[in-house]
Amino acid sequence: MTEISPADVAVPVVLRVNGTDHRVSAEPRRTLADTLREDCGLTGTHLGCEHGVCGACTVLLDGEPVRSCLLFAVQAQGAEIRTVEGLAGDDGTLHPLQEAFWRHHGLQCGFCTPGFLMLSAGVLETRPDIGDDELREALSSNLCRCTGYQTIVEAVRSVRDAAGA
Amino acid sequence: MSWVGRSIRRVEDPTLLRGAGMFVGDIGGAAAVRFVRSPVASGLIGAVRGPAYTIEDLDADGVGTIEAVLHRPDYVRLAQPLLARERVRYVGEPVAVVVGDTAAEAEDLAEQVELDIEPLPAAVGIDGALATGAPLVHPDESDSNVMVAGEMATPGLAEALDRAHAVVDLEIVSGRQAALPLEARGSHAVTERFGGRTTLHASIQAPHMVRTVICDLLGMPEADLRVVAPDVGGAFGQKLPLAREDAIVVWLSRRLGRPVAWIEDRNENLMASWHSREQRYRLRAGFDAEAHLESLQADVVANVGAWPCYPITWGVEPLMALAELPGPYTLEHYGVRSRGVATHTCPMSPYRGVSRPAITLALERLMDVAAPRLGLDPVEIRRRNLQSDFPHTSPTGLRHDEGTYREAMELAVRHVDLGAFRSRQHAARSAGGPQPGIGICTFSERTGYGTPAFAARAMGVTPGYENVELSMDPSGYVTARIGASPHGQGLETALSQIVADEVGTDPGRVRVVASDTDRTPYGWGSFASRAMVLAGGATYLAAQQLATQLGSVAAEVLEAAADDIVLADGRATVAGTSVGVDIADLARIAHHHTQRLPAGAMPGLAVQAGYDPAGTFSNACHVAEVDVDPDTGGVSVRRFVVVEDAGRLINPMIVDGQIRGGVVQGIANALLEEIVYDEDGNILTTSLMDYLPPTVAEIPDIEILHLETLSDATVTGAKGVGEGGTIGAPAAVLNAVNDALAHLGVELNEMPATPERVREAVRTATGTPAG
Repeated sequence: MTEISPADVAVPVVLRVNGTDHRVSAEPRRTLADTLREDCGLTGTHLGCEHGVCGACTVLLDGEPVRSCLLFAVQAQGAEIRTVEGLAGDDGTLHPLQEAFWRHHGLQCGFCTPGFLMLSAGVLETRPDIGDDELREALSSNLCRCTGYQTIVEAVRSVRDAAGA
Repeated sequence: MSWVGRSIRRVEDPTLLRGAGMFVGDIGGAAAVRFVRSPVASGLIGAVRGPAYTIEDLDADGVGTIEAVLHRPDYVRLAQPLLARERVRYVGEPVAVVVGDTAAEAEDLAEQVELDIEPLPAAVGIDGALATGAPLVHPDESDSNVMVAGEMATPGLAEALDRAHAVVDLEIVSGRQAALPLEARGSHAVTERFGGRTTLHASIQAPHMVRTVICDLLGMPEADLRVVAPDVGGAFGQKLPLAREDAIVVWLSRRLGRPVAWIEDRNENLMASWHSREQRYRLRAGFDAEAHLESLQADVVANVGAWPCYPITWGVEPLMALAELPGPYTLEHYGVRSRGVATHTCPMSPYRGVSRPAITLALERLMDVAAPRLGLDPVEIRRRNLQSDFPHTSPTGLRHDEGTYREAMELAVRHVDLGAFRSRQHAARSAGGPQPGIGICTFSERTGYGTPAFAARAMGVTPGYENVELSMDPSGYVTARIGASPHGQGLETALSQIVADEVGTDPGRVRVVASDTDRTPYGWGSFASRAMVLAGGATYLAAQQLATQLGSVAAEVLEAAADDIVLADGRATVAGTSVGVDIADLARIAHHHTQRLPAGAMPGLAVQAGYDPAGTFSNACHVAEVDVDPDTGGVSVRRFVVVEDAGRLINPMIVDGQIRGGVVQGIANALLEEIVYDEDGNILTTSLMDYLPPTVAEIPDIEILHLETLSDATVTGAKGVGEGGTIGAPAAVLNAVNDALAHLGVELNEMPATPERVREAVRTATGTPAG
C-alpha cells in the first residue's frame, strides 16, 4: 500500500435492516451489498453484475427498490432497509410473494429470486393496483436467466389480484 | 394414484425463496483470490513483477497440465498450463494470481502486478485465422490454426447434386455468445490443518469429474479431495468444463494452508470464462422435382478460441455439426467438412444446445429459402421432408427413435392459425410501418445419451452413465444419492416423484442427495439434456429393486407370496385383500428385527443401479411471430408457440419451465446477444451495458403444447428437454424476420439479427444507401 486515502479508512455505520440495528465498521468505499452480505451476514442479497444492471442485489430502502451494489453502506445509514430475509413472517410463514413464486414456478436456480422478490414487494406496496403493462415494465428492471420471466410475471400478478380481491 | 405426470411444487424452492440458499460466494471466511489477466490478445510474456504467483510457482510444485483429448488423427493435442506460460493467447487469459485478505485488497494487489508483454499480431475471426500467413495460436504444436477437422461423404453425393432439380446455396453465420449464468463462476477451498484433506466448493456442473482432474493435476489421491457444488446460480454449459481457476484455488489452499476463495466478477465472466456458438455454415442442397431434399454438402467452421475445454474438447461444436446437421429430415446423400479453428479469443465451451442452434438455423433457413424456389410454402416443404418412419437412421448413422416431427408441425400451424396470420400480414403490407412475419422451425434434440455416444466421438474421457444409490432408513424415508448434479432444474423433485410411484410412498418422504463427492456415487453431472433420462432411469431401476426388497419383507411379515404384495400410499398390502402393513413398519423390521427376514436376506434396505442408454431424440416445432420495422431494424417478438414432444412428462410444470427458459435464451441468441471483438482481439462486450440478455420487456408469453411419445429407448419413457428451447427459437425468429421483410427481397442469414444487421439487409435488398 502506498497512500491511505480517506475512502480506505473504516468508519462506524449503523444499518437498520429488517427492523434490527447492525453496528458495523465499513470503509466509505464499501457497498451496501457487500456490507449486508459480509458484515450483517445476510447473504440472501446476491451479486450478479456489480454494475447495476441485473438487479439480483435489489433491496428496499425506505420502501423503494434500490440496487445495493450501487449504494455505499454509509449512504444507507438512517434508512429502513429490507432484504429477502425479512420477507417471511416471524413464525416462518412465507410472504404471499414467496408463496406465489413457489406455486407458479417463478424460480429455477434461485439466484435472481431475492432481487425479484424485493423488487415485486416494493412495486406492489407502493402501487397495489398497478396495471399489467406497467407491472411488466417494472419487472423488466431485473434479469433472470432461467425462467423466461413468464412465471415470475404470473406470480406477481396473482399476488396483486389476490390483494385487490 | 401416480405421482409421475403431476406438477407438484418443487422441494428445492422454500430455501431459495427465503434467501437461505448457499452459493459459493455465501460461504465466506476465506482469503480472496484475484487473477491478473492478459490485456492483449497475443504476446510474449517477459517479466512479471509484483506480489503474485505465476506459472513458475506451479511448475516448482510439479503441478500438471490439462490435456483434453480426442483420439482422432485430425486433432491437435495440447498440454495447457494452469497459468499462461511464455505466451498469452487471449484477452483475459490468467497470467498470475494474487491473494488478499479481502476482495478489495486482492484487487489492489492485482493492480500492483506489472506484466511485461510484447504484443504480437492476433488471429481473431474465422477468416483471419484461416488466411494464409495467419498468426498462429499454437505455433509450436501446429502449423495451422485448424485444430480439428472432420470430413465424410456418402457415396453418390456429387452425382445427386448434379442431377438435382433445384440447387440452393446458402451461407449461415452464428455470432459468438455467452451462456451468462446470473451467478458467475467461483470456488472456495479449505484444507484441513491435520490430515491435509481439502474441501472444494465450486459453482460447477460435474463435481466428480472436477475432483478427478484436479487430483490428476496436483498429484493427490482423490480420497483427499472433496468437491461440492452447493447451490449453483445457473450454468447452461459454462460450468461444465474444468475451470483453471478452480484448480488453482485448490493449489493455493494447500500451499498457503488457509481458506481461499475466488469469486468471478461479471467482467471476468464475459471476458474470460467460456464463449460459444461462433460458427459459419456454407451449404449446397439438392432438391428433386417433388421438393425432397436429396443431397446436402456442407462446409462448417467453428471458431473454437485459444484453448480446448476439458473434458469435452474443442471438437464438440464442429463434430456435433458434422454428425447432426441432417436433423429431422430424410436426407440420403450427405457430405461435410467441419473444422474447429483456433483464434486469439476466449476459449469455447458447450452452451445449452451446443451446435444445434446454429445447425438448426442453417437447415431451417435452407427450407425457407428453398420453398419459394420450388413453388411451396414453408409448411409444405417440411411436410415432404420430415422423418415419419421410425426408427430412422441418418446418413451419419444416428438412430432416431419414434418422434412426431410432422404431427408437431401440423399442430403448431393449426394452433397459430396460419391463414389468419397471412391475412393480417397482407393488410400490413399495404398499410406500411412495422411488418409482421411468421417463422417455423422443426427440429430434433438428441438427448439422454450415454457412454456409446461419447465413445463414438473418440473422447479421451467418456462421460456417460449415471449411478444412483437408494436406501430406506428405519423411519421409512428414502434417500437417493445421485451422481448427477442438478443446479436449478428441479431434478430432486422429479426424482422424488419417480421413487414415490415405485416404492408406494409420498414424494415428501424422499430426499435426494447430490453434488457432493463424499456423499454420492461417481457420476457425470447435469448437462446435455441428460439428467432426467440418465439419473431418472437409474433412479427408476433402483426404486424397482427397492420395491422388490420391500416386497420380500412384506411377504414374510404378511405370510403371503411376494408377487402378491402391492406397494401404494405408504402401505404394503396383499393384492385383493385389506391385509397389509405400513411401509414404515417394514423399514423398521428390515433394520431392527432382521430375525424376521427370510433366511439369508441382507439386513437393511439399500440398493444401487446404474444406467447408460444409447440415447433418444426429443422433437419440437417452434413458431415465432414478429414485427419488424424496416426503417429502424427493430424486431419485436409478438407471439411464440412451442409444440414439444419430450416423451413422458415426469413433472409438466418443470418441463414447461425448461422450455420457456430455453426459448428466451434462444430469442436472445437470435436478436440481442453477441460477444464482439475488434480486429486486434480486444473484447468490446465486457459489461451488461454491451452484452444484452433479454428482460421481460423483450419477451412475449410462450404458449406450450405437448405431444407425449413414450420413448422405447429409455426406461422411464422420458426424453430430455433441457436444450430444445434454445435450439429451435433462433431459427424460428430468424425465419420470421425474413418472412416479415420478404416483400422487400430481404435475405438475412446471420444471428443475432440486430437492428444494424436488419437495416443492412434492407439497404442491400432495396438498393438504398446507408444514411
